[in-house]
Amino acid sequence: MALLQIQEPGGKIAKPLHRLAVGIDLGTTNSLVSASCGGGVETIPDNGGEHLLPSVVYYQKDQPALVGSEAKALLVEDSMNTVASIKRFLGKSQSELQAEHAYLPFEFDPSRSDSSPAIMTADGSKDAVQVSADILSELVQRAETCLKGPLEGAVVTVPAYFNDAQRQQTKDAAQLAGLKVLRLLNEPTAAAVAYGLDSEDQGNVVVFDLGGGTFDVSLLSLKKGVFEVLATAGDTSLGGDDIDHIIADWLAAQMHEAGQSETLPKARLLQLANSAKHQLSTQDTVQIAAAGWTTELDNKKLKQLTSELVRRTINTCRRVLRDASLAIEDIDNVIMVGGSTRMPIVRDAVAEFFGKPPLTNIDPDKVVAVGAGIQADVLIGNKSANSFLLLDVNPLSLGIETMGELVEKIIPRNTSIPVAKAQEFTTFKDGQTVMSLHVVQGERELVADCRSLARFELREIPAMVAGAAKVRVTFQVDADGLLSVTAEETSSGKKAEIQVKPSYGLESSVIEEMLQASHENAQADMETRSIKEAQLDARQLLDAIANAIAIDGELLSEIEVQKLKGAITALENIMISGSSVEINAATEALNLVSSDFAAKRMDLHIANALRGESIDAVEKQTD
Amino acid sequence: MAISISQTAAQHVADQLADRGHGIGIRVGVKTTGCSGMAYVLEFVDKLEVGDQIFEEQGVKIIVDPKSLVYIDGTEMDFVKQGVNEGFEFRNPNAKGECGCGESFSI
Repeated sequence: MALLQIQEPGGKIAKPLHRLAVGIDLGTTNSLVSASCGGGVETIPDNGGEHLLPSVVYYQKDQPALVGSEAKALLVEDSMNTVASIKRFLGKSQSELQAEHAYLPFEFDPSRSDSSPAIMTADGSKDAVQVSADILSELVQRAETCLKGPLEGAVVTVPAYFNDAQRQQTKDAAQLAGLKVLRLLNEPTAAAVAYGLDSEDQGNVVVFDLGGGTFDVSLLSLKKGVFEVLATAGDTSLGGDDIDHIIADWLAAQMHEAGQSETLPKARLLQLANSAKHQLSTQDTVQIAAAGWTTELDNKKLKQLTSELVRRTINTCRRVLRDASLAIEDIDNVIMVGGSTRMPIVRDAVAEFFGKPPLTNIDPDKVVAVGAGIQADVLIGNKSANSFLLLDVNPLSLGIETMGELVEKIIPRNTSIPVAKAQEFTTFKDGQTVMSLHVVQGERELVADCRSLARFELREIPAMVAGAAKVRVTFQVDADGLLSVTAEETSSGKKAEIQVKPSYGLESSVIEEMLQASHENAQADMETRSIKEAQLDARQLLDAIANAIAIDGELLSEIEVQKLKGAITALENIMISGSSVEINAATEALNLVSSDFAAKRMDLHIANALRGESIDAVEKQTD
Repeated sequence: MAISISQTAAQHVADQLADRGHGIGIRVGVKTTGCSGMAYVLEFVDKLEVGDQIFEEQGVKIIVDPKSLVYIDGTEMDFVKQGVNEGFEFRNPNAKGECGCGESFSI
């Protein structure tokens, strides 16, 4: 049963309606869910008291997916059916993934196209959206058990560096898990919210987020309690996992040097590496023992092994400062996010670069989830909406392909979103009636070097000399960082508009086909629909009249019957093959012919109803 | 005819009464509402009504009106934590069904 609280006598204080909304940090290594309960927002543990849900999913034939530590335990034993770090797969093509990861423990479904990769498991092939949805479902279940009610919405965090394709797939996964996404929130923004920095007057905050699989540095500017993300930079493929790989490679080399003939499976090496790394966050030296062989690793050696990786993270900090045109002295706070920032090596490097110790007092694993939970609570309406306002930023430039395969940038990167910007283009050839628009994302000048997001066409441009047509292309990025593009020929008003679907998951040719098909068939679809509606109306009238004739046929004269039958036959014939206009006309004609009959029937029935009643009685009834 | 209360629940009632600063005890009753017909009433009592029955258990006074008593006779009142939520729980031997949200019950 629901738990009760003692109320004031007579129920004077109405229980405020608390709507259930959660914040979800869908992480590469671990995921968390948080919610507001009573005082503040806290992460929700599972039955065993664990807050972190390992983002690992295990698939068995005809069984529900196993998510979390149980799945993680099977990572070594059954690596083919155990999917980890799926966040790295979001919005990526198979060839991209294979180029980025030298080693992947599972096989790709060969029947899928390069742009929509899926992993072969015992339970069929699973793509990144499905695996992410399984993780989200687990979190939803945990939250609903704990909060005792269905969730009304969630704020899901994404790295600020995520491109549109990755954001869209995150949203798709949430939808698949039955979650209503109130908003996608950039992880650094969530971290700043968790630290309550909105209560301060102003300042510049750097959020250094080194998680399991993604790395982000964001520079937030705070003015009068309003956050604005000035710049973000990062690497969607850099994180604690890479440190594990570095240590694992070192271990393998050490074993080889020591003359060990037996080699350990990679997954086992990674496990050893991961546990050594964790221990080195609290102690200086660690013994690693495996297959009857022992070695030692200390922080000094680890620093040497990871120096290249740490240098990359510091370079990213430098780039963010440059993008925002700020100096190190302008930075007031540095927030550490992500489990990997527990590593003393990382903390020291960051402190050294910024010349001040970073903020670490909120658990770096939970800080993003907590911020998301706070935001969810505001968005669902449990807190006053003006408690804070968040501005996010467009992480990569968005533009359009122009002649010569060049990119014309329409929304430059690091523009605050939501934003809408327009630019005018024109035709290239005399009499050109179609313009193909290719939406790309990236910083490079050549289309080939940027990421293709979508293609669509603006058709029926009036034939004019080259350069006379004016096509206004508007890019709009909503609060979730998702893009819609409109192209309009301004003299004729011809318009084409799409919600840009990321090209991953769908090949661009497929998108083009779908768009074309929907444009070409739009007219036909509309006509089909109106015919269906006209046929339904006609059928209704025919049935009503047939019914009426069966009951009150004797009211009609022979001529009237002939007229009615004529109209009925006409309608029945035209219904089968006529256009909606023709069917509607015939229906109208039958309606007209039958109106006398309807009037006669009404008179008869009123007379019948009143027969034998005195006027007095009728008046009483109507009173 | 009786209502019982666990030691934990009694402690919470006593604490909340002390916080409030006044009140004789708590009223436990039922009202018709919700999807399964009836819902529990749990409120502080400042003034006794005619016919009220008083049960003194674990040092706290539980006050029940006679009409409600037939529905909740034998109920055990407990204070439990369920995840992040905590509050009073009624174990009512008379209840035959509960609605999905647990707010209301039927006899």
